[in-house]
Amino acid sequence: MTAMTPVPYRVTERREETRDTATLVLRPCGEPIPPVRPGQFTMMYAYGVGEAPISVSRTGAVMEQTVRDVGAVSRALAGSGPGRMIGVRGPYGVGWGVEDAVGRDLVFAGGGIGLAPLRPAILYALRRRASYGAITVLIGARTPADLIYRAEFDGWRERGARVEVTVDRAGDGWRGNVGLITSLVSLACADPPNATAFICGPEVMMRFTAEALEARGLTDVRISLERNMRCGVGWCGHCQLGPRLVCRDGPVVAYRDVAPELLVKER
Amino acid sequence: MAWILDGVAGLHAALVESGYTVIGPTVRDRAIVLAELGSADDLPYGWGVTLEPGGYRIRRRADSAAFAHSAGPQSWKPFLHPPRVKLWDARRTDDGFEIREEREEPPRYAFLGVRPCDLRAIGILDRVLTGDRYRDDSYAARRDGIFIIVVNCTEPGETCFCVSMGTGPGADSGYDLALTEFAGEGRFLVDVGSDAGADMLARIEHRAADPVTETRARAEVDAAAGRMGREMPADGLRELMAGSLEAARWDDVARRCLTCGNCTMVCPTCYCTTVEDVTDLTGDHAERWQRWDSCFDLDFSHLPGGSVRTSTKSRYRQWLTHKLGTWHDQFGSSGCVGCGRCIVWCPVGIDLTEEVAALRQEREDSDE
Repeated sequence: MTAMTPVPYRVTERREETRDTATLVLRPCGEPIPPVRPGQFTMMYAYGVGEAPISVSRTGAVMEQTVRDVGAVSRALAGSGPGRMIGVRGPYGVGWGVEDAVGRDLVFAGGGIGLAPLRPAILYALRRRASYGAITVLIGARTPADLIYRAEFDGWRERGARVEVTVDRAGDGWRGNVGLITSLVSLACADPPNATAFICGPEVMMRFTAEALEARGLTDVRISLERNMRCGVGWCGHCQLGPRLVCRDGPVVAYRDVAPELLVKER
Repeated sequence: MAWILDGVAGLHAALVESGYTVIGPTVRDRAIVLAELGSADDLPYGWGVTLEPGGYRIRRRADSAAFAHSAGPQSWKPFLHPPRVKLWDARRTDDGFEIREEREEPPRYAFLGVRPCDLRAIGILDRVLTGDRYRDDSYAARRDGIFIIVVNCTEPGETCFCVSMGTGPGADSGYDLALTEFAGEGRFLVDVGSDAGADMLARIEHRAADPVTETRARAEVDAAAGRMGREMPADGLRELMAGSLEAARWDDVARRCLTCGNCTMVCPTCYCTTVEDVTDLTGDHAERWQRWDSCFDLDFSHLPGGSVRTSTKSRYRQWLTHKLGTWHDQFGSSGCVGCGRCIVWCPVGIDLTEEVAALRQEREDSDE
C-alpha cells in the first residue's frame, strides 16, 4: 500500500463539543495505522469529498480525533455519525515529546480547537502523574460555548492538574475568568527553568503566550504549527515554513527556532 | 576509455530493440520538445534556438548538429513526475467504501539527450520524492531502470548558467552513456557510465577514440563553460536568501510578476503537487488525482483563516528563497540547476539572475 492510500476506520461514537466541533471515536476496520504519539496528526478522508490534516486528540487503544467544521472536508468529517466509514493516513509529524519531559513541570496552553492536539499529551502525563512536577493546563476560548472537552476539566483536576480557563467574552452564567489566555500565564508553574510548555492555538495566541512564558523564565517552549498540507509525507511542498516542511519537521517545533520566521509577514 | 559513434541511429535502434521507449528532442510546433522518437531521424538535426527573457525561437543552423540547442520548454520532469497522476479509485459499498490503488506499469524509458543540468535536476527530484522516510512509489516506478544518455553541452544558450550552479556543461556521473557531439560531423565521443551503458554500447558499432579526437571533444565542452549567457555566483546565495526576507527588491519584482506559475511549470525541479478528489454523478465512484501545483497559486497556502501568502511579493519570495536557499535545509542542495527555463518562459521576462544580483546589491548597500 502506498503512503497516499487511506486506511479505513469506522466512527463508533460522535461527541458534539461545540456548535461546529465534534470528537469522533475511531476504530480500524482492518489493520490499524501505526501507534500515534501525542502531537502527531493524520490525513483524514471523507469519501468523495477529500482529505484534511487533523491532529489526534486521544492516542492509545481508542483513537479520537476532534474536527471543527471550517470547510467542505472538515464539515463532512465533523458530521460523521456512528457507523460511518472514514479514511485515515498517518500518523505524521513529530509529536510534543512529552515522553521526554519526565521530572519537569508541564504547562499546556490551548486556544480554541488548539486544545485538541494537547489533550493526548495531557492524558499521557496524567496517566504517569508521579513522573512529572506541577502540571498546569491553561485554556482559552472565544466564549464559554466554544470550550471543547469542558466536561473533562474536573477529571483532569482530580488527577492532579491545575486547570485554568478563560474566555474572551462571557455569557450569562459564566463565573470564570474573562480575558486573553496570556492573563493566565502568571498562574503557570513555580519553577520556570525546570518547566516545559506546550502551546497550540491561533498563531498570534501562540506567539504572545510563548513570549509571556519566556518572560517568566521558561526556556523550553514548544508550539504546534498549522500549514496547508496536501500529502502529509513531505512530497507536496505546501506546508513550507522557511527551512521546514511542517509535516516532516513539525508540526511541533521549538518556539525559539521558529520565532523569527513567524515575525516575517506572509512567510 | 572513450569511444566514437558515427551517428546515433544504431543506438536508437538498439534501445528500441531492447524494449525501451526512446524519448528525446524533436521539433514540434516551432519548438524543440521532448517526445518519443520513432527513429533517430526525428532528432532536430540542423536546428538551434535563440533565447531571451520571455522569448524562445528555433533557428536554422549552418550545420546539421542534432543536439546544438539548449533547454526547451519541457524538462524530463513530465515523464518522471507527470502533471496528472491518478492515485486511486474508491467504490461505495454497503458499509462504507473500498479503495483500489492505481497500479499502472510505466513505460521503460530511455532518455536520449539529457543535458548535464537536467541530469542534476533528475537527481534532485530523486532526493525530494524518494530520499526521505516516505518514498513516492509512483515516481520510483517510473524512475527505476531508466536508461540515460547524456549529451554534454557544447552550445550553451543565452539564458544558461550551469557553470555558476556547478551542474555543467559536462556530466561526470549518473548516466549510462554520455555523448559529446562534434557539431556537423555526425560523430560523437562516447563515455560509458554504467554496466548497462557498456552492454548497450557492445550491441552497436563503435570504435576506440583516438587521443586527438578525445582531447578535441573535452576541449569543446570546456570551452562551452566560457560561453554561458548568464551567471549567478553560488557563493553565499543561501545566506543571501535567508538574510533578504525584508528586501525592497521584492516589491520591485512584485510589480512585474503575474503569478502565472510558468516558472514553476518549466522548472525541472519544482515538484509541488496538490490532490483533487472527484466523484461521478451517482457518488458510487470516487477518484483521487495528484496534479502539479504552484506556490504562485493563491490557494497554495490556504488555511481556514485565509491564505498565508496573499501578496505577489510573498509568493515570488517564497519561490526564489526556497529554490536557492531553504532547499538546502530541506534536501541538502540548491534547487536550481542553471537551465534558464524560468527566464525564457516568464511572460514578462523576469530573470532570476538579475533579481539575485539586485538582492545582492541591496545587501551590500545596506551593509555599508
